[in-house]
Amino acid sequence: MAVKDYIYRPEFECMTRSEMENLQSERLKKTVERVYNNCKPYREKMDAIKLKPSDIRSVSDLVKLPFTVKHDLREAYPFGFYSSPASEIVEVHASSGTTGKLTVVGYTQNDIDVWAEVAARSLAMAGVSKDSLVHVAYGYGLFTGGLGAHYGAQKIGASTVPASAGNTIRQLTLLRDFGATHLCCTPSYAIFLGTEIQKAGMDIKDFNLVGGAFGAEPWTYQMRAELEKLLGIDALDIYGLSEICGPGVAMECMQKHGSHVQEDHFIPEIIDPETLEPLPFGSEGELVFTTITKTGQPLIRYRTRDLCTLSDEKCACGRTTVKMSKVKGRSDDMLIIRGVNVFPSQIEAAIMNVAGVSPHYMIYVDRINNLDVMQIDIELEGNMAPDKVSDIESIKKKVETEVNSYIGLSAKIKLCESGSIQRSEGKAVRVIDRRE
Amino acid sequence: MLVKQLSVFMENRPGRLYKLTHALGKEGIDFVTLSIADTKDFGIVRFIARDNERAYEILKNEGFTVGITELIGVEVDDKPNALAEVVALMEEADMNIEYLYSFVLTNHNTAKILMRVEDTDRAVRMLQEKGIKLLSEKIL
Repeated sequence: MAVKDYIYRPEFECMTRSEMENLQSERLKKTVERVYNNCKPYREKMDAIKLKPSDIRSVSDLVKLPFTVKHDLREAYPFGFYSSPASEIVEVHASSGTTGKLTVVGYTQNDIDVWAEVAARSLAMAGVSKDSLVHVAYGYGLFTGGLGAHYGAQKIGASTVPASAGNTIRQLTLLRDFGATHLCCTPSYAIFLGTEIQKAGMDIKDFNLVGGAFGAEPWTYQMRAELEKLLGIDALDIYGLSEICGPGVAMECMQKHGSHVQEDHFIPEIIDPETLEPLPFGSEGELVFTTITKTGQPLIRYRTRDLCTLSDEKCACGRTTVKMSKVKGRSDDMLIIRGVNVFPSQIEAAIMNVAGVSPHYMIYVDRINNLDVMQIDIELEGNMAPDKVSDIESIKKKVETEVNSYIGLSAKIKLCESGSIQRSEGKAVRVIDRRE
Repeated sequence: MLVKQLSVFMENRPGRLYKLTHALGKEGIDFVTLSIADTKDFGIVRFIARDNERAYEILKNEGFTVGITELIGVEVDDKPNALAEVVALMEEADMNIEYLYSFVLTNHNTAKILMRVEDTDRAVRMLQEKGIKLLSEKIL
């Protein structure tokens, strides 16, 4: 049984280009006014380049606006980027920042409604309807994956099962016994679940799955083929980031060739990450979003650091929104491991808290049995005197604990002889990502 | 009254022990003892050389993670139950032995026991009171 892709909100998803640009212009003007009047960092950014809200008259003026980067959000930690009074904020999410400090996002009820709307449009592309049963195996919590899929499925009126992450056997039992039609989780976890079915003594024939929305980490077309075969489903790519709203910013339709950006809420741009100049459709560069309907924490020209291309080619599904390609890489050194954003600088900060190890380290990322595995090799400090095994073991344990508390993920720690990790000339190579 | 020992941290991979022994061997350093404590990922090589200070310098220069530790050395008759008697004294005094190894020199009829303990001073006093013969570096 194949997924039946349907258009959830044709009046927005199938607009003509000029209708879309008019709507975007109106919404952009309002957003710029809001951030200028209510958000100190934006007022300062705009004042610094002598830009007034009245200078922004249409989407073509977007390029005049200053960029926003993750660092800006961190500087304003925790709530300094709100454009609404704190009393209007109804939900707060956070993702890991570059040095252990969280990137916080506050949502008004309006923003939650926007999020539910775009997530619902996304799940409709995977065929989710009132009659569906959506099993959400993303983590629920500060991470936006779980609640994003949850809000979207509920908005459609599907039965929503908030399974959250972990406990494979229970996941499989619920999926089978409840007759889930759709699964939402990271693609690597979905593949892992698929490979565990047989081991758990179950048969895929007893499952009702037809489709799913998978995201929070980059994945390849080969992984899609494997996932679709294992679970007998159509597996679609859902894109999002908590700063913009969470999953649902863009989603693949059943054409399985690029993801439709919900342009009436988020204006996408591609820029050259070096010169910061906007690039035309089809050029690879860094994806930038401006939110134009959010009120709690709207962001102007937010640099996602994700590298991809945008396309305005006509899509056979009937939607007219711009499509983004799969994310091809990052313009910074962020890693996505089991759906969690990890920066080498966080790991470095964690390591620096432990006596007995040096700041020379190397991070290895592998995908073993479809799960991301991280190993960190760290040199012992050159002048430490090793004698008792328990002393060395306790250093290792400390590094493990620190890394875990900084990034929220466990890593295998390997202590190395001082001087054994390769020193690089110029820019240090800190990460070796061996995932396909 | 204590015996100096060198401890070297070593990753568990081929060629490492050779590098260490060769670095010392080519400089004419002679081992008196050598033992390895191993775990899954790493080992600690502990040894006593004829010239510990020089061995330490050489290894430092070669980039090894090396330290000097002081052990209690005990000489006992090379006969059954000799080790047990020493261990029993430690246990009676409620002293924890971190690690221990022993060796016998062929031209002597005594065995040497080397051990690392938590409170070295207390252990030395106790063993001396009990009349146990302690080794110094020179006797080795």
